[in-house]
Amino acid sequence: MTLGLVALSFEHPLLVTAVLAAVFAAAVAAHAGRHVGRAVLWALPFGAAIAVVNALVTREGLTVVFRGGTVPGLGRLDITAEALAYGGVLGLRAVAMIGAAALFTATVDADELLRALRRRSLRAGVTAALATRLVPVLARDGRRLADAQRTLTGAPPRLGVLRAVTAGALDRATDVAATLEVRGFGASGRPQRRRRPVSRHDLAFGASALGLATLAVAAGIGGWEGFEAYPRTAAALGPPQLAIAAALAVCALLPFADRRGIA
Amino acid sequence: MTALALDGVTYAYPGAAGPSLREVSLAVEPGEFVVLAGASGSGKSTLLRAAAGLVPHFHGGTFAGRLACGGLDTREHGPAELSAVAGTLFQDPETQVVMGTVRSELAFPLENRGWSAAAVARGVEEAALALGIAALLDRSTHDLSGGELQRVALGAALAGRPRVLLLDEPTSQLDPVAGDELLGVLRRINEEWGTAVLLAEHRLERCLPAADRVVALHEGAIAFDGSPAAFAAWAPPELQPPVTRLCALAGVAERPATVKAARTALAGRIAALAGNDTRATDAAPERRVRGWRRRAAGPDPVVALRRAWYEVASGPAILRGVDLALAPGEAVALLGRNGAGKSTLLRLLAGLLEPTRGNVMRAGRVALLLQNPGDYFLHDRVGDDVENAGALADRHPRDVSGGERQRLALELVLSAGEPPVAVCLDEPTRGMDRGHGARLAARLRDLAAGGTAVLVATHDAEFAAAWAERAILLGDGRPVADAPTADVLGGGWYFATQTARVLGGAGGALDPESGAALLRVAEEVLG
Repeated sequence: MTLGLVALSFEHPLLVTAVLAAVFAAAVAAHAGRHVGRAVLWALPFGAAIAVVNALVTREGLTVVFRGGTVPGLGRLDITAEALAYGGVLGLRAVAMIGAAALFTATVDADELLRALRRRSLRAGVTAALATRLVPVLARDGRRLADAQRTLTGAPPRLGVLRAVTAGALDRATDVAATLEVRGFGASGRPQRRRRPVSRHDLAFGASALGLATLAVAAGIGGWEGFEAYPRTAAALGPPQLAIAAALAVCALLPFADRRGIA
Repeated sequence: MTALALDGVTYAYPGAAGPSLREVSLAVEPGEFVVLAGASGSGKSTLLRAAAGLVPHFHGGTFAGRLACGGLDTREHGPAELSAVAGTLFQDPETQVVMGTVRSELAFPLENRGWSAAAVARGVEEAALALGIAALLDRSTHDLSGGELQRVALGAALAGRPRVLLLDEPTSQLDPVAGDELLGVLRRINEEWGTAVLLAEHRLERCLPAADRVVALHEGAIAFDGSPAAFAAWAPPELQPPVTRLCALAGVAERPATVKAARTALAGRIAALAGNDTRATDAAPERRVRGWRRRAAGPDPVVALRRAWYEVASGPAILRGVDLALAPGEAVALLGRNGAGKSTLLRLLAGLLEPTRGNVMRAGRVALLLQNPGDYFLHDRVGDDVENAGALADRHPRDVSGGERQRLALELVLSAGEPPVAVCLDEPTRGMDRGHGARLAARLRDLAAGGTAVLVATHDAEFAAAWAERAILLGDGRPVADAPTADVLGGGWYFATQTARVLGGAGGALDPESGAALLRVAEEVLG
């Protein structure tokens, strides 16, 4: 989660790239490389779309690379190199954040999250529990329906299957909600806080998160990032930027150095 | 305190034409093990849902009378409060797990009651050990099979040591071994903890030996309430356990409810059959054995697997070098434990999966009916999916009974293209009452008589005995037995019919009809 926030705090392409690389390396180290890789691939078109939209709607930058004339409702459509470059940074940042989110979902215990939500708000807990359980149930329904249709026609009618799954979602949600009820959800308030022993791995990842956050804040306050998007793009590439990139990678990956006690 | 008390309970679902429960009065005492019997739609599930408080709090509708579960009146206490005294398990295990891991699932009901972390941890361990699922504790619930999910859901229902257990067909997903194990666990919990158990089940032969009492429902009203022995004497043919029917057809006065009682009632005749006198067994009907032998040496197979393997990326191979051939018109039952590879084998034959090694030969279309017949209906109206649905054409597929849905789905599969050379069915009797099971068996016999090879994966030995002439037992990814049904189901411990257990497999008798014929012949031959 901290990696995602750090990605949000940086604008320098080198540092955002460093965050993305750290996310992927951490995913590989956590045996979630395939999951995060798929998420990053899925995010690439969104990143490209962000870059294009930024170039179309931004009126800043001095280096005009395309004059599109006047478009009704939008005004002058001049595309600048600076808007394109900054759009690329925004797109890269979005990809890094999606990668960090994928790493989060692959490595964080969803049940622990639900438990924490239930302690904070029963309603949020119900919604989250229903959603988290219903999604795999509907996914399985969809696969089963598609298999059944494949036995009839060879190729399942995708729209028909989607429609049937959607139509059955309310029934499935009702079934899951009934299960929540008979398991006593909300009967006597919130679950008790669990006291778990803190392992050295917990401490290491906690320290890593703190280090990353400190680095991001320090870079922001100290102005070490050296990036200006407008009016002219300027991205310094000196020792401070290289040092921050290296520190980011070390901070994010150091907890993986000690694997004793991890399956 | 009475564990469960119903006093004149009448209930109708919203918009229903009539009530699903009618003037039901019933008292279940602590430590009682009660089996709910009845055909599909008789009100068993509704009664369990009423006891859990879901009726009327969750489903709405019209409720009259009084119901107290563990001393809590369901008019004043909702399902969440009742969960402190009642553990509930429904039919479909997929919608009964709400957490990501088995450990969290078992902990969930205990945390909801505000138990301390230590008490939760202890409750989880004990429930897991009781149900033999300790090895699953850290597995993701998304990766579990239906049988495993069923046991996990039961563990969640049991974890808080409820005073009452409400179970709706808990063994429907389980093979005979796992089903017997589960009933053993339930009986132990019932005896050692004094937990009252109310269990609805179609396969009465499985659970009557564990029961103290049977309550039979008919159209929402109690038609019988008494001991298993009294139930066997009272039961109409469609509810009779096979051993009861065996004795009735053999002309024995007693109506036993269990294999042990039937052995006692038939002791003299069984001794005569087993007394080294082969005259009786020689005179027994041999139709299945002859049919199988004829076809085994007969025409070319319509579908065959040659040294077929099916391996997944992670985990052991599911099928290991299977050789299997089905002749035209052959009726074959495929048996085996949960996870033995039955469903995978059917999918390979039908072309839904490709073997990772080996090959599949098909002489034409192989039709496949998967486990959930509802998956074949994509529209809101049965008639839009199935031609010639008759009176059911305008009904919603979900409003059709399970047996009817199975029948319609089978017709849909059979008519989907060119006439099939073989038809495969995966667990078609799951949750099906005996009447619908008998009609399905008759349909399968008709298909085989018409020249279509029939292969059915099933855990139900009684159902297999009703129509199959050959049985294959899968174990460790390959057939460990492939022989006439009488040989496979006549000599097994778990994969055996009640008739075969009573008669020791004598004369290849598997069902009450052939068993009774054998006993009559034995009586005549032996004087």
